[in-house]
Parts: sequence; C-alpha cells; structure tokens
Amino acid sequence: MQHTLIALVENKPGVLNRVASLFRRRNFNIESLNVGRTEKPEISRMTIVVDSQYNKASQVEANLYKLVNVIDVQDLTNQPAVSRDLALIKVKVHPDQRAEVANLASIFRGKIVDVAEETVIVEVTGTEDKIESLVELLRPLGILEMVRTGNVAMMRGNSSGIRHTPGANGHENLEAEN
Amino acid sequence: MLRSGAEILWECLVREGVDVIFGIPGGAIMPAFDMLTQFPIHHVLTRHEQGAAHMADGYARATGKVGVAVATSGPGATNLVTGIATAMMDSSPIVCITGQVVSNLIGGDAFQEVDVTGITLPITKHNFLVTRASEVAQTVREAFYIARSGRPGPVLIDFCKDAQVEKAKFIYPEKIDLAGYHPPICPGQADLQNAAEMISKAERPLILAGQGLKISSAAEELKQLAITANIPVAMTILGLGVFPASDPLSLGMMGMHGEAYCNLAIQNADLIIALGMRFDDRVTGNLRTYAPRAKKIHIEIDPAEVHKNVTVDLPLVGDLKATLTQLLPLIKPKSNSNWMATIEDWRNESQMRDILSQPKNGKLYTAQVIGEIWEATHDEVIVTTGVGQHQMWSAQYYRAERPNQFITSGGAGTMGFGLPSGIGAWFSNRQGEVWVIDGDGSFQMTQAELSTAIQENANVKVAIMNNSYLGMVRQWQEFFFESRYVGTPLRGPDFAMIAAAHGIPARRVTRHDEVQSAIEFARTTPGPVLLDFRVVKEDAVYPMVPTGAALDEMIRRPIPTTDEFSPIDVEKVAA
Repeated sequence: MQHTLIALVENKPGVLNRVASLFRRRNFNIESLNVGRTEKPEISRMTIVVDSQYNKASQVEANLYKLVNVIDVQDLTNQPAVSRDLALIKVKVHPDQRAEVANLASIFRGKIVDVAEETVIVEVTGTEDKIESLVELLRPLGILEMVRTGNVAMMRGNSSGIRHTPGANGHENLEAEN
Repeated sequence: MLRSGAEILWECLVREGVDVIFGIPGGAIMPAFDMLTQFPIHHVLTRHEQGAAHMADGYARATGKVGVAVATSGPGATNLVTGIATAMMDSSPIVCITGQVVSNLIGGDAFQEVDVTGITLPITKHNFLVTRASEVAQTVREAFYIARSGRPGPVLIDFCKDAQVEKAKFIYPEKIDLAGYHPPICPGQADLQNAAEMISKAERPLILAGQGLKISSAAEELKQLAITANIPVAMTILGLGVFPASDPLSLGMMGMHGEAYCNLAIQNADLIIALGMRFDDRVTGNLRTYAPRAKKIHIEIDPAEVHKNVTVDLPLVGDLKATLTQLLPLIKPKSNSNWMATIEDWRNESQMRDILSQPKNGKLYTAQVIGEIWEATHDEVIVTTGVGQHQMWSAQYYRAERPNQFITSGGAGTMGFGLPSGIGAWFSNRQGEVWVIDGDGSFQMTQAELSTAIQENANVKVAIMNNSYLGMVRQWQEFFFESRYVGTPLRGPDFAMIAAAHGIPARRVTRHDEVQSAIEFARTTPGPVLLDFRVVKEDAVYPMVPTGAALDEMIRRPIPTTDEFSPIDVEKVAA
C-alpha cells in the first residue's frame, strides 16, 4: 500500500541526494518525492510517497532518521491530512474544441493557462485520483505533454503525524553526550 | 589569531584526543601534512590506504576511541572504500580525512579528482565536504561526535586543498547542535517492567550478546543480568569477549559456525533477550524457522534494526548500559535448572565431536594451532583475524575473556583485515602484544603492511594458517559444489622468506610438536614475528549451518572411528 511520509530536512547542498540514495540503498520504491521550502529558510520539507508493506514503511522512517540532516519524520498514512498534486497538461486541440476542454477543466476546478493555435495547457490541482480522472477524459483529445508535482501533504488541525521510532525524537540527551 | 585550515584540522584532532593517525600523503593533502610536525600526533605511513582505514578501525575497536585515517584525493580516497565499508558494517567509529582538489575545480575532472563524498555516501554514517578554512573546526567537532555517539560508524571529511591553506579565525566550538541528530538514550519504565516480567516468567531464557554491549561498555551489566537470573549467554562473532568464555553460562558463538549446543539453545529457548545485535543472516539461518518457540526482547540503539530481520515482541530502543542499569533492579534471582541441565547435555555431546578432544595424530589442524595460541596467550593479548576458515576457528577456539580482545571483520567479511587491524590495535597502547591469526589467502591481500609493522616496530605476531587454498570457499565447493575446486587452489610464496625480506624474524611450522616452541619464539622475540603454519589442507569448519537451512540443521563434525576424519556427515546434508 501507499504510505505518505513528511520529512523536514536541513536546507543544505546534497541533502536530497542523501535521501534519494537511502531509498535506493535500502531497496524502497519511491512513488513520488517533492521538495520545497518551508516557513524557515534553513529547513526544507519533503513529501515522500512510498509503496510498501506496513512494517517496511516504519523501516523507511527509521532509516530516514538515521540521516544526520533529517530533523523530523511524520507518517501521514491513514491520518486526517490534506494531500494535493498539481498537474500541467498540454492538450492538442482544434480551435473549435477549446470550449469543450475549458468546460472539462472547470468541472475539475482547473483552468487553461496557455492557449496556442493547436494546443492549450490545462492546470489542475487536487488529489491524485481527481487528476487521474481528468487525464483520462483529456486523453482521447491527445495529450502532448504532462508534468505533475507528486503529492504534497499536510496534517489537518493542530496535530502532527504518527512517529514510529520511540526515543529517536528525544532531545533531552544532547547535553549528556556533548 | 588567524590560522590555516591545516593547522585548525590538527588542533581540533589533538583536542579530540587523537595522538596517532594512519595514512599516506599525496598532492591534495600535502598542505595538511606539512603542518603535522607542529602537533603531537604520530603519523603511521601505511603501504595502501585500505590498510590505513583498517588500522584506524583496529585502533577504534581496541580502544573504543575514534581511529583516524588520512589519504589524498582520487585513488587515495577510493582505496579507503573497502575499509570504510568494513567499519560501517561493524559500527566502528573512524574518521577518514581525504584531500580534495582546489574547491573551484570541483566538478571539472581535475587531476586526481574523484567524488568521494558521493562514493562513500551509502557506506558512511555521515560525510562532509569542506571548502573553507572557517568550516574546519565545526566540521571536525561534528565528525568525531557523530562517529562515536549513538550507533558508531565511519565519518569522512573531504578537505579541499585551498581550504587547507586558507587562513581563518580559529574558534573552537564548545557545543554541538545538530538539529537532526539525537541518539536515543533509554526506553520508558513501562517497557522495562514488561521486560522484567517476561524474564521472570521464562523457563528457557537465553541472552544473545552483540557488539552493542562492547560499544556501550555494558559488559559488567550483562554479567549481572546473566548471573542474577541464571541466563546462558550466546554471542555474535563481534560480541565475543563481552562475556567471558570461561564462565559456565557462556555458550560461545552462535550462528552458521556456532557450537551445536548454542544453536540448539536458540531454537529451543522460550525467551530470547537480544542485546546490541542485529539478527544478521549468518546468525539466524532460515528466518522462517528461527527461534520458533521464543518470545523476543530486543534492546538496541538503532531503531532501524528493530523488526528489520526478525519481528520481536518487545523492542527497547536505547543505549544498552543505560537501559540495563535501569532494568537490573527489576530482575529477580532464578535458577532455570532444567534448562541449564538440558544445555549441559548438549554441550557434552558437542565436546565428544570437538577436534580438540580427538587424539593427536601428528598432523597440524588449524583448530589445534589456534587452541595452542590461546593456551599460551589467553587474557594477555589482543587477537585480530582475517576472513575465512581461520577466522571461524579463531572465533571457536580463541576463547576471548575480555571485550575488545577479539577483533574481526564480521558484517563485511573483509579479507585482508587481520594484519592492518592488528597494527592499529597495537597502537592502542604501543606496549602490548597482538596476535594476527590469518589465512594464506586473506594475508596476501594486505601483505604490504608488513613493511608498516617493521617500520613502526609494532609488536604483532602474524600466525598464518597456510592451507594453500582459499579455504572457506573450498569448503563450500566441497559441501555444495561436488568438490569442484575452481579458483581456490592457492600457490603462495614462502612466507618466511617474505618476512625475512622485511627484516622480520619468521618460522615455518609443519608438525604438531613444533607448535609450542614456535609460539614461544614469537612471544620472546621483540617486534613483529611471522609464523607460517602449514596446516591440513582440506579440513572443514564444523558445525556448519548451510545457507537457507534452519539453525538446528547443522552439518556436524563426525565422531571419528579412526584417527582420520571423514570430511562430511552426508546424512545430515541430505536431510
């Protein structure tokens, strides 16, 4: 099954490589991985979707923690969370079909962001399922190009996601070791 | 006051307590070496960078401190890789410092440029690229802290040549604040209570003691736990020595070449208490049939090891010493007398098959040679090994009494580990005696370090179990490939002459009655000595659990009817 993990990492060169390398090394399959800035300039946030068994997902999390640059990991799987994917879809379209595409897009709360003689680009945001549905509807018209961000996710309300690794979050012991 | 990156590097090393480093200079690390004479650090010139990494590793395992290896960029750095991977697999704290080309040339394929931080990413606990002198102090401080804390491991610092020369203000960071690095300390009280209850209810408990106990300096706590509740102790190969082999509760090494009584105990136990070990496949045999009757408690500092290979009933993530210290007051005395009696029966049966119980027939068996080295030296020396048959026999017959006495490459199984790790271990106090028990195949992989041994006059006694084969592979070919010895016969040099060419005293031993005097010769001759034991060529390590078999489906050493041993118990293999 699919697991969605959030990793807060230090915004330093090479950190994305460390994370990606870890997945390869431990033979975990990444479905999607998204990196971006957070409200703190020194911290980046990754949303990682992996396809694996439950206990393997907790292994992913434990291994992520072992990376020195990874600050926090949350498992959002089966948690109340907002999850979004953004897609840009370039569709081959005859001028008299533009209205049809615009209609479809608006049903999915998407919009046309570029119009050319023979093509339009549709922008749509939503869950992966929703975007899949639109893609299937547009496919008969002829999709020329498509790009998707992969999932970004955030817990609803005040809470954070599940943490599987007892002790690994403890901050109280830092002084003792130093 | 402004100081060069090189000066800051050595100053920080001195403050970390480093007084010896192992390595080879070269273009990109020359500015650093140039400053070395101004600091109280002894440089050991190795003959290959792999040797440097193994020496740092041997030093680390003998002392518990961080070992340091230094190499130049490019091939110097890549030669470290085997040694770094070895340290990674065995959680050994080493810091490797490599030179790197001038920072603005990075990425341009300059002479001797190699992306060593990329190469070592999956085999280091962490690594750093230093491009400015101002980063040096913080980086070194963090590198040593990461290397030795939590589950230790190798850390690499790739140090650009211009940063070695550049001057910066030297500010020693008193505190480390790594936002994403917090090794766990101790599990909660409720879990400890649960563990204590499981131990008190168990009728056939067993401790699996791993290297984590050594790293955490918890040998004494282990002893108290075992003796208070009368729990027998099986050890992983890296755990050997953490519980004295002479203690009646010791079951020696577990796993593929563990004693039969030890593996039988695992398969029949109703409670397994795994301490600082990771259920390696060489330890468990077939996972589906592993310890089927046992509830399992796993105390381990690395959360990623919990449930990795074996799903356990109660994981306790934390430092072993801290955890056991809190657990011990909850443990009540027990006798487990039936269980102990059963194990004793198994032990007696194993004793009959033991090669050391067989009448001497004049031939030179490796197990006997190692047994005699143990008789002559035990408790006084450090032993390191290469990898192969001699290593397994050393684990079985060199009955280590102290933690950090038996040093071997377990997880990576790196041939050639013996001599350099032995030299490194000798540097733990530069006074003791180190025995390197090696095979002829393994020894030749890092033989060049004999030069290092004599240049440093390191007191290492190299005992080569010379059977003219890559013996362990030959054994597998005999057992599982119908004795087709492909690529395993090994025509070695005359090791005594090799030693003589280095100015190292040596002896060749071909008969059993020469063993004792040869050991005596080695021990009374100061400095490095080499002994070439021409042992029985086609001997096999018993017992053996074939890969994929259950832990109690062992190939046993047959009880001999004559003074010759038939090589294999065919019935058992077929089953």
